[in-house]
Amino acid sequence: MARWGMVIDLDRCTGCQACVIACKHENNVPFSTPDTANHGRLLTWIQLVPVEIPGNREATATPLMCQQCDRPPCTDVCPVSATYLNPEGIVAQIYPRCIGCRYCTNACPYSVKVFNWLTPSWPEPMTTMRNPDVSIRPKGVVEKCTFCHHRLQQARERAKAAGRDVSSDDYTPACVQTCPADAMVFGDLDDPNTDVAALAGSPRAFRWMEELGTRPKVVYLREGE
Amino acid sequence: MQDAVTTPPDEYEAIILPIFEVGRSFKRWATALGCVVLWAAFAWVWQVSHGLGMTGLGRPIYWGLYITNFVFFIGVSHAGTLISAILRLVGAEWRRPITRMAEFITVLVLFFGVGNVLLDLGRPDRALFIALHPHLRSPLLWDVSSISVYLTASTFYLWLPLIPDIARLRDYTARMGGWRHTIYTKLAIGWTGTPEHKHRLERIIGVMAIVVIPIAVSVHTVVSWVFAMTIQPMWHSTIFGPYFVVGAIFSGIAAIIIAMAIVRRAYGLEKFLKPIHFNNLGLLMLVMCCLWFYFTFAEYLTTWYAHEPNEIAVFDAKFFGRFSPYFWMMVVTCFVVPFTILANNRTRTIKWTVIASISVSIGMWLERFAIVVPTLSNPRAPIHTFSYHPSWVEWSLMAGCFAAFTLLYMSFTKLFPVISIWELEDEAAAAMAPVPHAEVRRPLVPTEG
Repeated sequence: MARWGMVIDLDRCTGCQACVIACKHENNVPFSTPDTANHGRLLTWIQLVPVEIPGNREATATPLMCQQCDRPPCTDVCPVSATYLNPEGIVAQIYPRCIGCRYCTNACPYSVKVFNWLTPSWPEPMTTMRNPDVSIRPKGVVEKCTFCHHRLQQARERAKAAGRDVSSDDYTPACVQTCPADAMVFGDLDDPNTDVAALAGSPRAFRWMEELGTRPKVVYLREGE
Repeated sequence: MQDAVTTPPDEYEAIILPIFEVGRSFKRWATALGCVVLWAAFAWVWQVSHGLGMTGLGRPIYWGLYITNFVFFIGVSHAGTLISAILRLVGAEWRRPITRMAEFITVLVLFFGVGNVLLDLGRPDRALFIALHPHLRSPLLWDVSSISVYLTASTFYLWLPLIPDIARLRDYTARMGGWRHTIYTKLAIGWTGTPEHKHRLERIIGVMAIVVIPIAVSVHTVVSWVFAMTIQPMWHSTIFGPYFVVGAIFSGIAAIIIAMAIVRRAYGLEKFLKPIHFNNLGLLMLVMCCLWFYFTFAEYLTTWYAHEPNEIAVFDAKFFGRFSPYFWMMVVTCFVVPFTILANNRTRTIKWTVIASISVSIGMWLERFAIVVPTLSNPRAPIHTFSYHPSWVEWSLMAGCFAAFTLLYMSFTKLFPVISIWELEDEAAAAMAPVPHAEVRRPLVPTEG
């Protein structure tokens, strides 16, 4: 079984935020205004944050999304098993199960889980442009990056129809597909033949806050010297 | 009904009479508190229909006033059962008039502790999922388990010593009948006060007093683990269990003293609630005050000395930053004020112990706030944070909780005697009987009056 992971090359990333926009559209994440964002109500599954990387003089704008930890601090604390690590290594969130206690959001050291404070809404022209493959979350539940899990499901069905197992070539999350600088690479970390596995072993590779023992499956590549 | 009340049969009429008389000021207070509760009910409906967006919370400050209140109320719940159980076990005779009031605080306040978690849920309609799909690795589930056990045990522990007094009320209301008599008859479960009955009751109370102590300790330990089990800065602390238990007993004693003073004044029970009770509870509170300071000092010194960057960010926010008013106010109200008052024999009077207790109650609420919010305001990840100001919905629900608690407490005093009559009678009987081994129990510190 695959163990899905991502490599983000900070040397290539231009900070254009195309991934942020792609994710919002793909996953029906509601819009936020600067005002709502200032009050902590920004809903986003991926965003650029200034990370201080040792050796760099200034903070680096870094795409931050769920790090899909192999030892996620958020899943243990959920009282109703609404969030769990699935066999393919994706930290899943079951919206119809979530009771909205926000324990997982507080346990996550990356602060990447977001909560639906209100019923999500879109400006009128946008309502018809939502992605029919992704459910709209009700108010009162937690949501997060799923590595575009719906795309994995589709890829699995296509592979099944063709009579083979799903492989890294079948499935790419929206952010990776969109990145104009090719800074993001996605695939099966356990398959030594994939680009993602090769890059994850690069000397430039680091995992954010790995000292906490979270074992993230999002790997960053340091900027070149 | 009041006409049916003839001359009370004994010297404890001062305890019995308030049950059957509803005075004007009681009605006024009940109406005012009822209005607050109604307003809170409206705020709650507003929150449920619009979502938790009606609070001042946001990312990354996901928990605020409700969780602060949850920890505070569960802490106050240690007032009754734990303290009364310990005093029973060590045979502190002066406890007799105060245990009932304390035990009732426990049972009532637990509902508001649990209630605040429900207020905090994004999907309160799914609250039962905790029972239907329990995840045993979640400290929140440990909380649910230990609080349920504690609630059951304390309700039982409240009811057991009530039985002889309920039987007294049952006989007292025999001639007037009515719903009161029906309730008392049911709850008295055929108590007749035979020596055999009494022996059995004392035995089971003795057993329960032992059983509830580990349960009570587990409750606030587990509450602290909700925070300590995460890896968040200044939550992930190994001393949180005992630190929270000490704080809980501390705020619990404060709650008893305040309740005692109000009941004493309102129902004229000066004959039973004497300065010695305030003095002795004040001494207990002084011990907890010193323990609380010791834990706080140990916790913050360790954090400061190690200077781990994420921890020190929270530390600085509390000591010098945005949360410094709350933090230093907490130090003053939890330590400086109560220590100054209670360490001095001359100020350990009724008036001043009550002032110290009010100070401690405010301080312990601030302590809970200063644990929940500053950590969340300073996350490890460099995401945008904001300044948390609770909304009108949160303040209204908090006011509603305090009002509803007071209202229920008042109603309790109209149903059951606030002081355990049979235990006072026992004490009086024991004092009359010749004592073979003259055992002199002196109060810890003699006081005038």
